[in-house]
Amino acid sequence: MDDLFSARAQMGLSLAFHILFGIAGMAMPLMMAIAETVWLRTGNQIYLELAKRWSKGTAILFAVGAVSGTALSFELGLLWPGFMKYAGPVIGTPFSLEGFAFFFEAIFLGIYLYGWNKISPKMHCLAGYLVAFFGLASGTIVIAVNAWMNTPAGFTTVAGTNEIATIDVWGAVFNPAFPTQAMHSGLGAYCAVAFAVLGIHCFGLLREKNNAFHLAAAKIAFGMALVATPLQMLSGDISARHVGEYQPAKLAAMEGLYKTQKGAPLALGGIPIDDEERMIGAIHIPKALSFLQTGDADAEIKGLDAFPEEDRPNTFWVHLAFQLMVACGSAMMGLVSLGAFLWWRGKRFPTQRWFLKAALLVHPLGLVAVEAGWCVTELGRQPWVIYNIMRTEDAVTPMPGLWVPCLFFTALYVFLGITVLILLNNHVFHSPSVVAVERSK
Amino acid sequence: MIGVDLFWWIMGTGLIIYVMTGGADYGGGVWDLLARGKEQARERRMIEAAIGPIWEVNHIWVIFIIVTMFSVFPKAFAAICIALHIPISLVVVGMILRGACFTFRGYGLQPGATAKRWGMIFAWASLITPIFLGMTLAATSSGEIRLVDGEVTSGYFSGWLSPFAVCTGVLTLVIFSLTAAVYLLHEVEPDMVQRFRDRAFKAQIVVLVLLAIVYGLAHRDAPIFAEQLDNSALIWPLRFFIVLAVGAVFWSLKNKHDDLARMAVVAQVAGVVLGWGLAMDRYLVIPDLTIDNAGAHQETLEAMAPVFIAGAVLLVPALFMLFRVFKSKSKEA
Repeated sequence: MDDLFSARAQMGLSLAFHILFGIAGMAMPLMMAIAETVWLRTGNQIYLELAKRWSKGTAILFAVGAVSGTALSFELGLLWPGFMKYAGPVIGTPFSLEGFAFFFEAIFLGIYLYGWNKISPKMHCLAGYLVAFFGLASGTIVIAVNAWMNTPAGFTTVAGTNEIATIDVWGAVFNPAFPTQAMHSGLGAYCAVAFAVLGIHCFGLLREKNNAFHLAAAKIAFGMALVATPLQMLSGDISARHVGEYQPAKLAAMEGLYKTQKGAPLALGGIPIDDEERMIGAIHIPKALSFLQTGDADAEIKGLDAFPEEDRPNTFWVHLAFQLMVACGSAMMGLVSLGAFLWWRGKRFPTQRWFLKAALLVHPLGLVAVEAGWCVTELGRQPWVIYNIMRTEDAVTPMPGLWVPCLFFTALYVFLGITVLILLNNHVFHSPSVVAVERSK
Repeated sequence: MIGVDLFWWIMGTGLIIYVMTGGADYGGGVWDLLARGKEQARERRMIEAAIGPIWEVNHIWVIFIIVTMFSVFPKAFAAICIALHIPISLVVVGMILRGACFTFRGYGLQPGATAKRWGMIFAWASLITPIFLGMTLAATSSGEIRLVDGEVTSGYFSGWLSPFAVCTGVLTLVIFSLTAAVYLLHEVEPDMVQRFRDRAFKAQIVVLVLLAIVYGLAHRDAPIFAEQLDNSALIWPLRFFIVLAVGAVFWSLKNKHDDLARMAVVAQVAGVVLGWGLAMDRYLVIPDLTIDNAGAHQETLEAMAPVFIAGAVLLVPALFMLFRVFKSKSKEA
């Protein structure tokens, strides 16, 4: 493995790992605060138990998220000192805002997790909402940095070079891609976590049909999915247009569009063959891409041929990741529509076995979509670390032997990932309190 | 006018707070590791209860320092990350294992033997991480990391393997353990208090011995650093302050004034870190990078200063509340 590849692999893995815990830190606190609110309003003990159980899972996820996030802040420098040396002053402010948001998130999570008997129930519930709020805030702000890498803004350069002359920090924070990217990844977090939780509790319902605890949990998770999923479809559409406008090479790679053309078709599925500049096995919907991007079915869309070969992303992976994300999103939208219809018609949460099984089948797809979408945005920006400004290969550390930390961190994260799964499994299924809840009802 | 000096002090303040708070959480892990005898399970539970609600918050100070550094002094951050890639990576691994395994132990719902294994990893990581942290800091003081035209030329092993650096690492560990032992006087059950007083007393002796060794070694392994320390205008007031604090720690431990011991140990630790800062004397990496040539942009400084002020105004009451909820009535609880 050459060092650049090792550095990219380590960074990619670290981010792919952290992102799952990051989104859990955004969405889980909201669900536990909602559960606690229901308990406060109705006095139904099941919801209190639910808030407590979810908070324990959140504690594990949050801790691993916190330490893997710390690792990332170091890895930025350990692996990409060239990038940090250049970009640090421009993107430092959103990072420090994120740091403050994270401070508050951790403070209120500490109060939430350990303060059950130390503050009033209402204040405790408020602490839960504050964790959720600051989780969203820190997630959103850190996306500003990634968006800046895609659409760099907020600085001027010395004429004829890329050397930074002046900096407008807030212009960098509110870079063109920030709103769409923040919206898409924020909603993605709620979708993904809601579906994951929904699936777990639907599995519980499959095992024990009348378990009130799993039913309550599934309702809240489904509610969150019901709100977030349709909005996410909308934000996906807005994002794709934005990418087309500001990062045309990424869009071309997402669609596997090699030739610039008017009335460009939309490719469903298919495998791009870069060497031959063609797609095999794709279903092409005529003019659909032009129409989706611009509202005009005959508009011209830039293909990869509009960019020098050395500036093109890896179409194969970007297209595949994009297709995977869209497929997952569609399946989730299908399930949430079906569930809403069944709920509306039956006037109660659908507990038909086939529906529960369908939910179980779909439940990991949100997490898959988050990872795939992140691959689209990161791989689609290559070979640039800062789009059109700095190449990834110019940002990497001169440190030799990077395969060593790469392998080590891979092993570490695999180990932590498996452990977290085992522990969460313990919490979901092996806690004796499930029985207690059923009896208390 | 907002200048780089302000951020030098902000980073220094962050470091002092991190050592006083996050450092003590590592120290807690050390005492977990050293717990022996019939009461060890109970002892570990008390330490865990003391660390649990606050360690994540305390830990964020290190992110705060890193972020400030790469925003304001990007050239220093890049150079440090290249030259000290190895010890920093080890610090990162230690931080990950410490935090993750602490939580796995507490929230695992597992049989005792499994939980114990997590506890062992947590405790060993708590022991090793501060050593590498201290070695990393010492390396920036050593004068051995060199840059030519902004590129690191001194390789990947400079500065952090000298006796000075290793002893600074051990000193860091023992200081963390000392603060933890003193803080725990307020957290453990009454029958355990004397045990921790004795431990703090012994740790304080080791701290003094190591301070003397590090001071001596600095003159050999980090001459510029040592010279700047001796010539600092504030060195005598600071020495006086530290001696006073050290004396107060000994006296209050001996006479069971636990509140005074806590204040004194905080003062002592702050004094030592401050002394390190004085000796660095506006250098980020001795001798080639100072706060004036580390790539600061005036626009960044001016944007970040209000963020830090607003953040601090909001953060202080929130932190106060957190510590009030968990640390005020711990003896009655």
